[in-house]
Amino acid sequence: MRELTSNELLYIAGAMRWTILLSLVSLACGMLGGLILALARTSHVRVLRLSVVAYFKVMQGTPLLMQIFMAFFLPGVFGFDVNPFLAAAAALSLHASAFLGDIWRGCIEEVPKGQREAARALALPYIVTTLWVIIPQAVRLAVPPSVGFLVQLIKGTSLTALVGFVEITRAAQIVNNATFKPFVIFSFVCACYFIVCWPLSLFSRYLEGRMRIPSH
Amino acid sequence: MLYSFEFGDVIEAWPALVSGAANTLWLSAVSVLLGVVVAASGATAKTLGSRAVRFLVDCYIELIRNTPFLVQVFLIFFGLPAIGLKMSPNVAAVTAMVVNFAAYGIEIIRAGIESIPKGQIDAGKALGLGPFKIFRLVVFKPALQAVYPALTSQMILLMLNSSICSAIAATELTAVAGDIQSRTFRSFEVYSVVTAMYFGLSIFFWCVFAAVNSMLFKAGPRGAAR
Repeated sequence: MRELTSNELLYIAGAMRWTILLSLVSLACGMLGGLILALARTSHVRVLRLSVVAYFKVMQGTPLLMQIFMAFFLPGVFGFDVNPFLAAAAALSLHASAFLGDIWRGCIEEVPKGQREAARALALPYIVTTLWVIIPQAVRLAVPPSVGFLVQLIKGTSLTALVGFVEITRAAQIVNNATFKPFVIFSFVCACYFIVCWPLSLFSRYLEGRMRIPSH
Repeated sequence: MLYSFEFGDVIEAWPALVSGAANTLWLSAVSVLLGVVVAASGATAKTLGSRAVRFLVDCYIELIRNTPFLVQVFLIFFGLPAIGLKMSPNVAAVTAMVVNFAAYGIEIIRAGIESIPKGQIDAGKALGLGPFKIFRLVVFKPALQAVYPALTSQMILLMLNSSICSAIAATELTAVAGDIQSRTFRSFEVYSVVTAMYFGLSIFFWCVFAAVNSMLFKAGPRGAAR
């Protein structure tokens, strides 16, 4: 058995970089996917709308842990080797795209209908209307809940520990197996997550408060 | 493609999967019931309590909401025995789920309490309603209606999150899947079936909650009174 020293705690805290990297990659891919899904969800094409709704329901109606497991086992079916980071990032990106897509759908629907009609009357093409008329107005509403979701995403990365990706939670498990000081170790891990997530939560709430004033 | 799907082993294990799903439902139901009680007490404490009490409740909410459920589960199951609190996996799982659910439930229930204007209670008194009727018709029902969507989606989320408790070998659906997988090495088949089972449970609860919603808040002879 090993002693729990500051070296071990530093090793755990250092693994936080994988948690953050995984969160950022998933956030970026999830935002791209979410934007496409939100636009598809609010489009006039019925088939597109319905298939996006089905995707949202599947992702919101199954556990994130199962989504991560599937991302780890599906490549094997096709004979590919699984890179843990890529599989974890793929699962979390798909997860984020569904939740961000649904949040942003609400924000796009909040933009008054007349805006798109006016742009249409001015003969602006769909892509110009979307980029320069709809999205700038929807973004104002979208930022606070998206930052809130980022906290969920960061916490969600901890589940990749269960398939063996060494981020902070997995690093803590490894150290715990060698030193067996679970109370100290997992409290320390909680503190690490808290340091990252709490400011984001506060920021999200602050933005929400600022957004609310002009609308009333 | 060389891979051949083999669902036989998974289908053969259906009794284990069904009992795993039943356990998931049982653990979730117990956690939701206890969680609502804890959340309601927390919401009451935050509404009526002194500054110190309110501060403590706030600390609890922030601590739980900004740390992952998995680490909370580990802390409760592996960490607490170190300070003399030993629990079986299922008890630890329920404890973790109650603690986690309450952190979200407190704010939801408090929003419900605050959605009732004071004048509404006075109006109930003016109409000559007794205190029990005032609580039931003027306070509880409108408050429940106000928070119903948030509360029910939090409950479904708890059911889905219970899969994380497989990490400490609580005997729920995901843990059963892990057993079958380690016996048959049919990971993809097992987990796709189990994912579909979770989705089925979610659909079931979406339908049940929607039906209860229209029964309680829309139709019925007293529907007009809301």
